[in-house]
Amino acid sequence: VILAPLPTEPPPPDPTAASPPHPAGPPDQGGPPDATPDLELRPPRHRVSPRAIRYWTARAAGGWLLVLTAQVVWLLATPADRRWHVLALAVTVVVAVAHVTVMPRWRYAVHRWEAAPHAVYTQAGWFDQERRIAPISRIQTVDTERGPLEQLFGLSSVTVTTASAAGALEINGLDRAVADRLVDELTAETQAEDAT
Amino acid sequence: VTTADTPWRRLSPRMLAVHPVQEVVRAAPALFGLLVAGSSSGNGARWGLIGVAIAIVAGTMRWFTTRYRITPEQVQLKRGLLRRQLRAVARDRVRTVDVTAGPLHRALGLVRVTVGTGRSDRSSDGGVRLDGLAASEASGLRDELLHDRPRPHAEEATEARAAPPETVIARLRPEWIRYGPFTLSGIVTVGVLGGFVLNAANDAHVDPRSVGPLRDLGDALASMGLAGAIVAVAAALVLMVAVFSTTGYVLAFWGFRLTRHPGGTLHVARGLVTTRQTTIEERRLRGVEVSEPLLLRSVGGGRCIAIATGLRVGRGAERGGSLLLPPAPRAEAERVAAEVIRGREPLTAPLTPHGPRARRRRFTRALAGCVPVVAAVFALGRLAGWADWVWAVSLVCIPAALALAADRARSLGHAVTPAALIARAGSIVRRRAMLSREGIIGLNLHRSFFQRRAGLVTLTATTAAGRQAYGVPDVVDAEALRVCDQAMPGLITPFLAGTAAGER
Repeated sequence: VILAPLPTEPPPPDPTAASPPHPAGPPDQGGPPDATPDLELRPPRHRVSPRAIRYWTARAAGGWLLVLTAQVVWLLATPADRRWHVLALAVTVVVAVAHVTVMPRWRYAVHRWEAAPHAVYTQAGWFDQERRIAPISRIQTVDTERGPLEQLFGLSSVTVTTASAAGALEINGLDRAVADRLVDELTAETQAEDAT
Repeated sequence: VTTADTPWRRLSPRMLAVHPVQEVVRAAPALFGLLVAGSSSGNGARWGLIGVAIAIVAGTMRWFTTRYRITPEQVQLKRGLLRRQLRAVARDRVRTVDVTAGPLHRALGLVRVTVGTGRSDRSSDGGVRLDGLAASEASGLRDELLHDRPRPHAEEATEARAAPPETVIARLRPEWIRYGPFTLSGIVTVGVLGGFVLNAANDAHVDPRSVGPLRDLGDALASMGLAGAIVAVAAALVLMVAVFSTTGYVLAFWGFRLTRHPGGTLHVARGLVTTRQTTIEERRLRGVEVSEPLLLRSVGGGRCIAIATGLRVGRGAERGGSLLLPPAPRAEAERVAAEVIRGREPLTAPLTPHGPRARRRRFTRALAGCVPVVAAVFALGRLAGWADWVWAVSLVCIPAALALAADRARSLGHAVTPAALIARAGSIVRRRAMLSREGIIGLNLHRSFFQRRAGLVTLTATTAAGRQAYGVPDVVDAEALRVCDQAMPGLITPFLAGTAAGER
């Protein structure tokens, strides 16, 4: 069984329930009538590393810092009537703080992955979310990437590509050791298979 | 026969007449510059002639310096005098062999053969272009490269060609030209021409009032009043677009023929002045798409496009060779699609509509797109003191958006047959994609914040062919999973909630 000895967690709660400002959907208004019971997809089994929260925070904060710096420069370069500049700066600060506090935690609640014997299953995003499933037999390459910021937090990204340009499964914020094991096992599984 | 033994061959000697012309045409801007620069010193004509002579010599040299050979493993092209180039394509990587012939080539019985590896959408995709083979030689070369047959000896070749090996699937009928005006391909031409004329008039400081016919035209328009003038100009534009679109249709698709060859390829031949022959290997075919742009749909027309790996789609579809049928009656497009995928079921299968929630979402999105625009126009108008009719005119976009939303909702539908996943969507261009189930290599389930609130999901089947991703937008969650399970049985089973399989 692939990845059996990996650190497992208790059965994950539905991340849509965990996502903070997410009201429950309206009651079912009935899709096409169907005799078979409704299928329901559970989230993938494994969370990414908790350090990913700090990593996403740092990344977002870095981006906002650039915007804020530009705004401050703009403010200082204006000799008179800075009302609009101050207002814009205040709005940016509020949005930035909200983004930096909410996004990483929300993302952590959503981002999950799982490698079953025949398929890889990922879930990513926060405001917009996406689940991707690809059969192991269709995997073409398994890549790891560590950006400077990711290295700082001991994290790795794993990208599983298929022959489709639209089908890459990306797992961000994995613990480095977990990522390496995942890559090894997936690579061993997918060797010598034609995946087109 | 080994690689080293294969002799190098030259292009057709008749290219000695074509290359110089091509060089002169390519060098035309430089020659023109030379002429202008030279005329300031009084002997522009001489400099121009020298330039033409250089271009002609360079063109002639191209024939002498270009050689190619087809070894058992590779197609090789060697060219260049000062900068020698050798391009090679492994024969087992050859995916397309396109044969085109412009007017000059056709007059001399020549064709240009482009051997492509179909790896990407870029034009320089590592293919080899043999510009200038005799037409008879090219068809043999194409069969050899695509069907991986050893090059037959001369007598065998004629024998093989004597047998009728192909079945015709579709052939252009002249009455289809009536769909030409509805393709709108002429808009670009009219736009470019208009821009060019305006620019030229501007640069040359021509006052339209000084040209007789234009002045008469202006006077005539002025006498019609504003409304009349707008109608007249619009009618003239529509007429011009229709004429150019029809011309474009005839130029591109005259003599269109789609045939199936027993070696496992589909051949497309078309073109009035410049002829093109492209091939699609059937083993790379992953499905077909019937697309109906709004205008074409309004007159009952449709097109058919192949979903195949390594072929261009979208705007490049016509050049990239995935077009299976130019604008034609819709029934014809469906017949061709069914013949190509060898089954009618994907075309006749009833589609499951996406229900009231998807419909509501279409309307919400349409209004969210145009109400802010109307509001902005209103606010700006108040601030800037525009006339009230500006705001009133912008109101037109609301019913238009609603009509579009209604049509988009009507288009939505999907189905899974034993052979294919079928998805239909779109209004401006309605597409019914029929993707073979074996061609699906992954499933994406996208849910935006608002989709989650509505309990909807956009299911995307990824594939190595065509657009790479074919979407079923805004289906109810449970229905999306049912489609997943039918399209790729067993794939999602381990990930289902509440089943024993989920715990396996």
